[in-house]
Amino acid sequence: MKAHLTRRYIFSASHRLHCYKLSEEQNRAVYGKCNNPHGHGHNYALEVTVSGQVDAKTGMICNLVELDETVQRELLERFDHVNLNLCPEFKAVVPTTENLSEAIFHILKQNFRAAHLEKVRLEETAMNSFEYAGDAELTP
Amino acid sequence: MVYLTRKCEFSASHYYHNPEFTEEENRRVFGKCANLNGHGHNYTLEVTVKGDVDPQTGFVVDLKELKEILNREVLEALDHRHLNKEVPEFVRQIPTTENLAIAIWNRLQGKLNVAKLHRVRVYEMPDLFVDFYGEA
Repeated sequence: MKAHLTRRYIFSASHRLHCYKLSEEQNRAVYGKCNNPHGHGHNYALEVTVSGQVDAKTGMICNLVELDETVQRELLERFDHVNLNLCPEFKAVVPTTENLSEAIFHILKQNFRAAHLEKVRLEETAMNSFEYAGDAELTP
Repeated sequence: MVYLTRKCEFSASHYYHNPEFTEEENRRVFGKCANLNGHGHNYTLEVTVKGDVDPQTGFVVDLKELKEILNREVLEALDHRHLNKEVPEFVRQIPTTENLAIAIWNRLQGKLNVAKLHRVRVYEMPDLFVDFYGEA
């Protein structure tokens, strides 16, 4: 029997939305206050959804401790309490939450093999959230 | 493809009443929602759009623009209104949360330039919500 499991994590980081291909004025027009030179920060909430068959012996899709360890090592140590603009992942792309969702999905996909990674969901604020499922479409 | 969800809130009043039903049927089907003096809710609306991330801006959609569209097309028409008396969709239709989700979808459909509408979710109460994904 296939089931889905979602685990939630919190991290805090700063960023500035600024595209080097655009002029100062264009940057201000596109990104508004997110373009402020000194940046600003968010408490991000990350939801990781994995799926798989429920193991008959353990009753689990995967070991949560293993998922936690992977997220801690590969994501939280990388993105918690840092300036995202300085991370290698955002050298060439703007650290919008769209791009951060994609980066997180690809890092997890590479490093967590114990279950199928369905999607990541990232809340930037209580009012905005972003979901990315790789090449797959979200199903209702 | 990235999915973006924007949340907003509005408050409105309504009642459920079908003129084709007898008063007794209205009371039986709609319970206390049939009270013609109406009642109100704080609704939470979540609108999800989908699209590819623009390589230059890193955006699926400009959030500010989406907020303006939501304000103009939905909140100005519904917030602090009596749905039965002030919103054209509900002159003939009963303003259930189902019909409200469909009406909001129809108001937003075609108004987004870049991204595509994926889902409209309307919470009538924290423990009750309706999802509409458009006509299948």
